[in-house]
Amino acid sequence: MIQLNANHFVYLLQAATWTLLLSLIAFVGGSVVGLIVALMRVSKVAAVRALASGYIQLIQGTPLLIILFLSYFGLGIMGYKLVPIVAAGLSLTLYAAAFLGEIWRGCIEAVPRTQWEASDCLGLNRFQQYAYVVLPQAVKLAIPPTVGFMVQIVKNTSLASVIGFVELARAGQIVNNSTFEPFVIFTVVAAIYFAMCYPLSLAARALERKTHAGR
Amino acid sequence: MSYKFDFSFLAERWPDFVAGAWLTVQLTVVSIALGLLVGTVCALIRVYGTRWMKAPVGVYVELIRNTPLLVQIFIVYFGLSSLGLKLSAEVSAVIALVVNMGAYTTEIMRAGIQSIQRTQLEAADCLGLTRLQTILHVVLLPAMERVYPALSSQFVLLMLASSITSQISAEELTATANLVQSDTYRSFEVYIIVAMVYLALSFLYRLGFWLIGLVLFARKRKLGTAL
Repeated sequence: MIQLNANHFVYLLQAATWTLLLSLIAFVGGSVVGLIVALMRVSKVAAVRALASGYIQLIQGTPLLIILFLSYFGLGIMGYKLVPIVAAGLSLTLYAAAFLGEIWRGCIEAVPRTQWEASDCLGLNRFQQYAYVVLPQAVKLAIPPTVGFMVQIVKNTSLASVIGFVELARAGQIVNNSTFEPFVIFTVVAAIYFAMCYPLSLAARALERKTHAGR
Repeated sequence: MSYKFDFSFLAERWPDFVAGAWLTVQLTVVSIALGLLVGTVCALIRVYGTRWMKAPVGVYVELIRNTPLLVQIFIVYFGLSSLGLKLSAEVSAVIALVVNMGAYTTEIMRAGIQSIQRTQLEAADCLGLTRLQTILHVVLLPAMERVYPALSSQFVLLMLASSITSQISAEELTATANLVQSDTYRSFEVYIIVAMVYLALSFLYRLGFWLIGLVLFARKRKLGTAL
């Protein structure tokens, strides 16, 4: 058994950068897909709305862990062997898109009806309405809950450990396997997660206060 | 694509899936009930408690909400056992889920309790209600009615999150899936089935919470209006 030493903590911190990278991939991917989902949810065509809503129901009704297993083991057995970071990035993107899509739909719908009507009167087409009138206002409303959701993304990257991607939680398990000091190690791991998530939580709360200041 | 789906393992292994799903239901129902209790008490402290009572509750909520459930489960199961407190995987799972659920419920219930106006408490005082009666009938039930949608989504999220307890080999649905797929090498089919079972469970939970809401909030059922 190896004594717990400073190198182990350096190793954990290095692994934390992978957690951040994976969070970034999930957030960027989730934002792109999520925006599409949100716009589909407010589409004029019923079939498009139903499709997006079905996607959200499906993802929000399934554990992220199962989505990870499906994309890693499932696709692997079908012959599409993904490396862990791609499988994890894909799963987290699908997951984040469902939640961000639903959050952003709410923000788009919160833009007052009169704004649509006014832009209609000005003769803007649907694309111009979104680009110049609705989305800029929706973005303002969307920032606080989006920052709040980033906390969920960072925390959920820990699940990528189950498919062997060495991020913070997996690194904690590896260090534990050689030193067997689980209480210390997982407390340190939790502290590192806390250091990443808490600033985001505080920011989300501050932004929320700012958005609702006028009400 | 030459892959052929083969669900034939189901004929033999379906009782395993049923048993796994049943344990998932048991784990989550217990965790939801206890978590709601913890969260409600903490929320009352956060709103009405003294400053010295509020501080530890605030720390608890922030610590839990800003760390992953997976790590919390590891601390309870591996961490506590290394300190000499040996718990079974199922008990550890319930403890971790309750602690986790409690923190989220605290925040949701706090919002509900804060929405109860002071005048309501004064009116309860005038009617001669005891402190316990006031808290139960004037504060908690209406507060819960207001935040019930948020509470029930949190409950469903907890049910889905309980899949993480498979990592300490609590033999619930996801752990069953891992076991069956390692026996049969039919991982894609196994996880598709389990995903569908989870979907069905989350639908059933939503339905269940809606029914409980109907029973619990008689005023809303009769008038059909928001509080």
